[in-house]
Amino acid sequence: MDMNEIKEIFFQECEEQLAELESGLLRLNDGDRDPETVNAVFRAVHSIKGGAGAFGLDDLVSFAHVFETTLDCVRSNKLEPTQEVLKVMLKSADVLADLTNVARDGGSVDQARSAQLIRELEALAKGEAPPAASAAEPAAPKAVAAKPTPVAKAAPVEPVVNEHGFAPVAFSFDDFGGDEDATVNDLPAYDIVFKPKSELYTKGNEATLLLRDLSRLGEMSIHCNMDSLPPLDQMDPEAAYFSWKVSIKTDKGEDAIRSVFEFAEWDCDLEVTALEAGEVSEASSDDLPMQPVPFDLSALDGDLDVPLGVVEEEEQIAAAQEAAVAAAETASNVLQMAGNASRAAASEKSAAAAAATAQNNAQQASSAAAPTIRVDLDRVDRLINLVGELVINQAMLSQSVIENDSNGVSSINMGLEELQQLTREIQDSVMAIRAQPVKPVFQRMARTVREIADITGKSVRLVTEGENTEVDKTVIDKLAEPLTHMIRNAVDHGLEMPEKRLAAGKSAEGTVKLTAKHRSGRIVIELSDDGAGINREKVRQKAIDNDLIAADANLSDEEIDNLIFHAGFSTADKVSDLSGRGVGMDVVKRSIQALGGRINISSKPGHGSVFTMSLPLTLAVLDGMVVTVAGQTLVVPLTAIVETLQPDAAAIHSFGATQRLISIRNSFCPLVDVGRILNFRATQANPVEGVALLVESEGGGQRALMVDAIQGQRQVVIKSLEANYTHVPGIAAATILGDGRVALILDVDAVVSASRGQSLQLESSLAAAG
Amino acid sequence: MKKKVLTVDDSRTIRNMLLVTLNNAGFETIQAEDGIEGLEVLEDANPDVIVTDINMPRLDGFGFIEGVRKNEKFRAIPILVLTTESDAEKKNRARQAGATGWIVKPFDPTKLIDAIERVTA
Repeated sequence: MDMNEIKEIFFQECEEQLAELESGLLRLNDGDRDPETVNAVFRAVHSIKGGAGAFGLDDLVSFAHVFETTLDCVRSNKLEPTQEVLKVMLKSADVLADLTNVARDGGSVDQARSAQLIRELEALAKGEAPPAASAAEPAAPKAVAAKPTPVAKAAPVEPVVNEHGFAPVAFSFDDFGGDEDATVNDLPAYDIVFKPKSELYTKGNEATLLLRDLSRLGEMSIHCNMDSLPPLDQMDPEAAYFSWKVSIKTDKGEDAIRSVFEFAEWDCDLEVTALEAGEVSEASSDDLPMQPVPFDLSALDGDLDVPLGVVEEEEQIAAAQEAAVAAAETASNVLQMAGNASRAAASEKSAAAAAATAQNNAQQASSAAAPTIRVDLDRVDRLINLVGELVINQAMLSQSVIENDSNGVSSINMGLEELQQLTREIQDSVMAIRAQPVKPVFQRMARTVREIADITGKSVRLVTEGENTEVDKTVIDKLAEPLTHMIRNAVDHGLEMPEKRLAAGKSAEGTVKLTAKHRSGRIVIELSDDGAGINREKVRQKAIDNDLIAADANLSDEEIDNLIFHAGFSTADKVSDLSGRGVGMDVVKRSIQALGGRINISSKPGHGSVFTMSLPLTLAVLDGMVVTVAGQTLVVPLTAIVETLQPDAAAIHSFGATQRLISIRNSFCPLVDVGRILNFRATQANPVEGVALLVESEGGGQRALMVDAIQGQRQVVIKSLEANYTHVPGIAAATILGDGRVALILDVDAVVSASRGQSLQLESSLAAAG
Repeated sequence: MKKKVLTVDDSRTIRNMLLVTLNNAGFETIQAEDGIEGLEVLEDANPDVIVTDINMPRLDGFGFIEGVRKNEKFRAIPILVLTTESDAEKKNRARQAGATGWIVKPFDPTKLIDAIERVTA
């Protein structure tokens, strides 16, 4: 993996963090005061900043930093997350998203806007907080940090060393040996007194390692003071008994020396003295002979028979040196190895903290996400395609076995049934891989709402529901555009200006609600607003002006409402900035239909409008009823069918020249001959000889579709007709049946609307009669 | 023998950077996504040194360090904390929790390896 790949990961992660950020802010906006929500929001920005820093994305870092600082005020309860505050933060989240996009794709951001938000965020961090808290508190820790070594300056080490205290031992490690003959005499010299406290060891630092680091700075001699080491039986293995005196010659300076002890500075007494040129180090001038090491290391290894403190006089200096170094190491090891006792005693507080943490964990465990992996979408698509082929193949196999095994009881047949079951399960599981919550799309809408609200000067609240409803990723991807336009439309045309709303007895803030739910194998997305609703008079007039309907056309309210989906229809008095750049509702309808979906509007004057979209959960398969029409095999999506019935001659009523109705349980329903509508035949078939499929269309009530015969129900793999041939009116797609033949999938809505052309009048007069 | 480093960070970006940097420097790397997972894998991973982030969901770096220090076997293991712009307050809290040292973000491979070398034998 190289940096570019990691950068790609970073941007992916940014997207997730931005989504997290926005949803968190929206939850806060809805009054959620869970500290974990604030934490999650903070983490999101923090994470983006961390990654951006690593890639040197300075614009992103500096904006994220200001944002983070303000969020930190919220986190530490210095800043109340009021609506006003959150408004700034939501806008900041938008800018952060823009900056991320620019960092990835190039381009430029609205500098003025981000500068403005930086000012607003900074003002929030300063202004809104109580003056004392904002001014003093953040400054305090910095003041501490500025002091480089408070320990050394505040509490100089007592000269605990007696005159024989320091055994002069040359300290050297083979790996850092370097050239000992180098002319080091001219280098500045320092005396260092280093006395670790026991905390140094409990935090995982080691005196040996620090001294090793120090030795890298230059030639040094080291003296270990073991005077305070008690006899073994009185020794507390947790305590720190040793101190070291080091004289070193280095040109790296005092700062370099101190920085060696950077991690340990709180946990040791450290004194660094620069020696004047020519001044002889106190330590190195100490020419006392090597003192016996008053501590036998082997004792620690369990050999207690060896008397303590006895070292053979003949022992070589080298051996003593070794021993001293080993002593240092062993001592720190001993300290490390020690038991829990002192730690346990010292940390009643940390036990309490641990209990709190454990409790926290228990609470959070429930919200922990299941483990996930990331897979390239192409791989999933290939798998889905293959499974689609598998389904077709399995169907073909079944069919040929049935044809050759008429009694249907052979073991092959049984096995095939199991295979069918398995194939189906595999298919469902594979589809589930593609299923994604609609959340990301819904979150993008929140931004759209904010922007349009800003432009129009309206006050709008977006409420989302069911954002975890899952649907195929292809559907989600294609949903964003029509949804964006509809939201724009709802805010721009649907909602009134605040004054007007107040005058109508509504709250000044308009509400746009976006909900998603599963209903009978489809996903239903509803977009409602509490605006003025559709002005039917205006729509009707406009439709007449545009020659969409006849001036005397008798239309139901529902039909008038649905006129807005006609091409080139706009009800705004003037073309505003928003509707000017947007697409018409007809395009929205077409893109929803292209997804195999339906869209419908219902409106209540003065109370707002509801757009209802119903979409298939997947674009890959559908459950269909296989029917015969004029010798052709067609598939009717099962979701559209309410019931099937065998028309009785007595139930068929003629109406006008060509229209026929069927009476079902005391109500009348227009009868539509599918063969006639699709031009499979020139004249209408006799309804009594066929089967009627009662279908419900999203827009226009029920219809009875006449087909010649029903072959059965089957799950079929959808093959796009547009991609392989061309769009055919009344046909949604095609599929390959078990026998290898192509069958067309009926577009029920299109068939119903085609029939409505003829029966519009009819329905209205029925309504009048009923 | 390769030294083993356990890294704990919730950011996928940082995890990957740590992985690449540490592997290039010849370390064996085990990764966890938050404090809880870090404590879960601790025994099996049996690392020589730990590098952890502070801000993490479920269990943050402070809690994680306290958890490690409570484990008899790892009470003296070097733990390095990833912090941003040397935030003194956080550094102090991390130290109190038992951190050995820290690495200041933005992430710099040299600084990371230096700090690890510094606290491991």
